[in-house]
Amino acid sequence: MRHIISIRDFERRDLDHFLDQAEKFAKGGFDRNRLAGKIVALLFFEPSTRTRMSFASAMARLGGDCISVDSVEASSIAKGESLADTIRVVSGYTDAIVLRHPKEGAARLASEFATVPVINAGDGAGQHPSQTLLDLYTIRKSMKLDGLDVGILGDLRYGRTAHSLAYALSLYGVTLHAIAPKGLEFPEGLLEELKDRGMEVRNHHDIGRIIKSLDVLYITRIQKERFPDLGSYYDVASSYRITPETLQGVKDHLILLHPLPRVDEIDPRVDSTPYARYFEQSRNGVPVRMALLSEVMG
Amino acid sequence: MTPGQNRTLLVSQIKDGTVIDHITAGEALNVLTILGIAGTTTESLSIATNVASRKEGRKDILKIERRELRKEEVDRIALIAPHATINIIRDYEVVEKKGVTIPAVIRAVVKCPNPGCISNAKEPIESAFEVLPKGLHCLYCDWIITRDIASHII
Repeated sequence: MRHIISIRDFERRDLDHFLDQAEKFAKGGFDRNRLAGKIVALLFFEPSTRTRMSFASAMARLGGDCISVDSVEASSIAKGESLADTIRVVSGYTDAIVLRHPKEGAARLASEFATVPVINAGDGAGQHPSQTLLDLYTIRKSMKLDGLDVGILGDLRYGRTAHSLAYALSLYGVTLHAIAPKGLEFPEGLLEELKDRGMEVRNHHDIGRIIKSLDVLYITRIQKERFPDLGSYYDVASSYRITPETLQGVKDHLILLHPLPRVDEIDPRVDSTPYARYFEQSRNGVPVRMALLSEVMG
Repeated sequence: MTPGQNRTLLVSQIKDGTVIDHITAGEALNVLTILGIAGTTTESLSIATNVASRKEGRKDILKIERRELRKEEVDRIALIAPHATINIIRDYEVVEKKGVTIPAVIRAVVKCPNPGCISNAKEPIESAFEVLPKGLHCLYCDWIITRDIASHII
């Protein structure tokens, strides 16, 4: 039984395999009844639009069905049931479980109690492997992953997508440019780990100069609640905002990614530039999740 | 009292049980915590702290009467007392002497410092950490404890 819990559990060949499979699904040449008769449980104990809907879409495209819980309030968790018990019960109804939960490590716990495969759809500030795979997939559609200069911008201290992506990119000989406001840099432990894995990591507090040398810029949201007051948030957020002006002089093949939802960090005028790939990235969630669902149930 | 008598008092022999020697100075009480030996224990305990040691300068010693600790029990203390030696005593004789080995994974010894970790929620699981050269890696939330491990002992 195969679970998809953390990007750390995979080696490069595993990631490449998922990306190859996703590519096949995206091209359309697949059996539309591949998962016919299979049921997946979408257990979302935190809000989600893109992840939840793209898993549902992926399952439908493969001929399978979904049953779902959309909030803690609507589940037995509200009555005090443990996650472990919920997982044991739901295992009896379905062929796989897709779980989003506010606690870090929840998916790992679920995998210990489930009798069906578990796919982690985000656990607190922890891992979100299907997002990382669709990030890698979107980059790979435009260029080879090896040896790139990739910038990750925003709240690098708490952002789970940034952590997972950095970890995955360390398998591809990428030079990582960590661009973050003071106080929101990558945690020391993660930086050390990336360096131990042979990754070159360069820290920046300013996007202005470094953007011209990047092949990929991955933009994440800077959250208001990390700042003592709104004034200091707007000061910092505005200096990290990507506008058509910021993009002057960048490499022609630069691509801009964002896990979405965006708030103010990308000027809508950027959407019509050739660099903007974040909506395509979001679409890529479907073939990538088809690959994952097929992997665990196919 | 001669100096020799004084030394005898500190390390007086036990008839049967376990002597843990060469504990890092100041860690004896944490070792007891890890071994699950609380103040209400029925075992007779002798604790010597900051004893002069030729090898370490200062060390702690624990003597637990009428209880022979198993290897897997004492390995749990390796995190905070990596140089400890375990002497099993029967009828005043040392019948077995062994060091401690740091296990690959430790369970239910250390509490994850991440308040958002599922291992700190009301779930039927024990904390689990992989032992790495640089510290302890939480197998649930990936948090890495690099320093002051003793303060996270359950």
